[in-house]
Amino acid sequence: MSTAPEKFVWTSENEKTAQAHIAKYPEGRQQSAVMPLLDLAQRQNGGHVTQEIMEYIADYLDMPAIRVQEVATFYTMYNHKPIGKHHVQVCGTTPCWLRGSDDIMKACKSKLGIEKGETTKDGMFTLSEVECAGACVNAPVVAIDDDYFEDLTPEAMTELLEKLGKGEAVKAGPQIDRQNSAPAGGPTTLKGDKGEDA
Amino acid sequence: MPTLTIDGKEVTVEPGTTVLQACEEIGVEVPRFCYHERLSIAGNCRMCLVDMEKAPKPIASCAMPAGDGMVIHTNTERVKKAREGVMEFLLINHPLDCPICDQGGECDLQDQAVAFGGGKSRYDENKRAVEDKYMGPLISTTMTRCIHCMRCVRFSSEVAGVEDMGALWRGEHTEITTYLEKTLDSEMSGNVIDLCPVGALTSKPYAFTARSWELKHTESIDVMDALGSNINVDTRGSAVMRILPRLNEDVNEEWISDKTRFVYDGLKKRRLDRPYVRKNKKLEEATWGEAFEAIKKKLKGVKGDQIGAIAGDLADMEAMLALKDLMGTLGSSRVEGRQDGAALDASVRAGYLMNSGIAGVEEADYLLLVGCDPRAEAPVLNSRIRKAVRHMGLKVGRIGAEADLTYKVEDFGDDAKLLKSVPTGRHAAAKALKAAEKPMIIVGQAALAREDGAAILKAARDAADKYCVKDGWNGFNVLHTAASRVGAMDLGLTTEGGVNAILDDAAAGDLKAVFLLGADEIDTSKLKKAFTVYIGTHGDEGVKNADVILPAAAYTEKSGTYINTEGRVQRTEKAVFAPGDAREDWTILRALSDVVGETLPYNTLAALRTRLAEVAPATATLDEVPTEAWGDFGTKGDIAEGAIKPIIDNFYMTNPIARASQIMADCAQAREGVAEEATGTHG
Repeated sequence: MSTAPEKFVWTSENEKTAQAHIAKYPEGRQQSAVMPLLDLAQRQNGGHVTQEIMEYIADYLDMPAIRVQEVATFYTMYNHKPIGKHHVQVCGTTPCWLRGSDDIMKACKSKLGIEKGETTKDGMFTLSEVECAGACVNAPVVAIDDDYFEDLTPEAMTELLEKLGKGEAVKAGPQIDRQNSAPAGGPTTLKGDKGEDA
Repeated sequence: MPTLTIDGKEVTVEPGTTVLQACEEIGVEVPRFCYHERLSIAGNCRMCLVDMEKAPKPIASCAMPAGDGMVIHTNTERVKKAREGVMEFLLINHPLDCPICDQGGECDLQDQAVAFGGGKSRYDENKRAVEDKYMGPLISTTMTRCIHCMRCVRFSSEVAGVEDMGALWRGEHTEITTYLEKTLDSEMSGNVIDLCPVGALTSKPYAFTARSWELKHTESIDVMDALGSNINVDTRGSAVMRILPRLNEDVNEEWISDKTRFVYDGLKKRRLDRPYVRKNKKLEEATWGEAFEAIKKKLKGVKGDQIGAIAGDLADMEAMLALKDLMGTLGSSRVEGRQDGAALDASVRAGYLMNSGIAGVEEADYLLLVGCDPRAEAPVLNSRIRKAVRHMGLKVGRIGAEADLTYKVEDFGDDAKLLKSVPTGRHAAAKALKAAEKPMIIVGQAALAREDGAAILKAARDAADKYCVKDGWNGFNVLHTAASRVGAMDLGLTTEGGVNAILDDAAAGDLKAVFLLGADEIDTSKLKKAFTVYIGTHGDEGVKNADVILPAAAYTEKSGTYINTEGRVQRTEKAVFAPGDAREDWTILRALSDVVGETLPYNTLAALRTRLAEVAPATATLDEVPTEAWGDFGTKGDIAEGAIKPIIDNFYMTNPIARASQIMADCAQAREGVAEEATGTHG
């Protein structure tokens, strides 16, 4: 294969991380590290895994390539096609949907000018719908790359994408006035009025 | 030993038995798709749900170990409902294409839908469709029909030992495939067709040629290797439509190799269907009478010691005995049955048998392979060795050429001379043999067919004598590659100098006439000077320099006795008639004896078999593994240094039937492609 681009190999830093993952498992059970290694390789490769990477990891962990491919295709967080710089993953499962994820999705589509599963022409954004992100209490939720953006409104979503597009800093977590999953607008109980409720 | 109650009946089972197996023990039928007794338990089809008292919901009986005091019900309303529910789910995405599906009539899904299904579907949406996958020249795929039982995936990784198949994606999008849609890199791949409970994986060569209920089934024996795998020959009219395995726990369990399964198209190609006589250097068609007369004319004045005969790899014992007797009436005792030139010794029966037995592999704890590649020579045996390595702690060592056997092998080197130091105890293999409780040595034909084969046999015998022969255990084994070989040895078809001496004498002009009984693995150019009679089935190597060709019956066309490598006597049955004028081998020889010498004293197969039992007493008992007395055999001598050349260079091309088969040729090509690609990508 003379026309192939340069071969995938770990960067020296990732090689160390890979070895650290493998070291978590007993001798001879190195195959257990297949998931973190796939993730590591996906990051190194700019967001998606390829057949070559799967074979590389299979060799690296001394396991059949088909077993790596099974894992990589089973889990949705491994991408098999190139993705944009930012991967916008809109949760569409029931709690988010009840809290308006359809509008969030619509906002994303109109702001980015793409449909689900597509990447913007400038390669900045890929838009996906995902199943439950596990942050239902702050629905609707969108995961962008490694961060969650919660309590979104279509306006907040549009603004978020605007900032990301310009490379400005954004604040992860709830986009309204609340701390983590605490009540919106501040605490409602245990505010220091000792004994009153007792 | 747990005792449980199933449908009101108490049953006590071995610890580790599953509820499903316990049900089977007392004859209660539990439907299943993913469960298979020879594969690991998956528990993913859910068809085997039964009720267990004190359990909140039905349990998957295939995955539930039987426990003491369990109360199981398989006939409650809830079980019925559960089965109907599972069946309805399975059928949601299964196409209703039974009329055009090859599995129709022998489909687990079809049968169980009738027996356990609800009869109605409530599903109105679109069914899913899956793209078909390429799996090589043997397996035809219709992946939309797949119900994801994973039997094929488990088979290929557990039994066949090739991690090539897998399930990609998930849930409704799951797709079974071989890695990058390559040909399954195994000699056992055809078994996934039998394992598939639906019509997702079917036989490519058999596709759309027959329906299972139109076929006549004939129980027979395979002759492609020396295991004697039990088979069913399925025929329609005069044609063999397919070959399927038949259960025999001690021989092939329920697997057969791809060569056994798919060689049948070779039975229809390049067949000799009439006698030929060479006139003016050209072979011309002849009648039986003309052919016999030609032989008579040529044999006139030829002395007995100027006649020789060679029996080939597929010859049945009846034919070989008739050949031996005919040669006897002609005054010759030069009948050779070791076509490959292996230095087997006919004097001690234990010296040319697989004494531990095929099933004995599972008892053994150490196995030394000497010049033996079981994967090519007997793939079914190789799977059993793999099973023993995986589950019974068998360790394997090898003296001989390196080859991937699908399990871990400790290589001592490819040098026959190493064997010398095994009986003396100095070699690492000797230490392993000594430490083992039930050690085995398997000597392959590759080692015995060398010039110094007799010395190798002796060295292997001495090693076995020292370490492997114990009370109730004989660990000396010879793995044959030819179905006819043990029979030939039992008939004493050994001559001084073997095949090479016959060929050389013929080339030198000392031998005037040579009879070839299906002998195709020899260099017949040496027979140019001698008058050569070829009795056989195919226009292969044997006919090239033949002066008279007598067309004979193949193994599916006659009832013949074969002894497998462990000494088990089995018989093929006549499934179809031989084509054209071809006749069963022994009747040809019997008729020829009428013309050229004394008439052989048997007119019926029964009479011939009575004579056979006199000459080879072992043939009197069918389907039993004998225990043979140990003795001394082989010849002390020097073993030359150097590699042991494998005896089989192409698994798919080892005999005239296989060489005539287009399917085998396709397989050889496809596997070669896989091998080339493998070396290409991995350096």
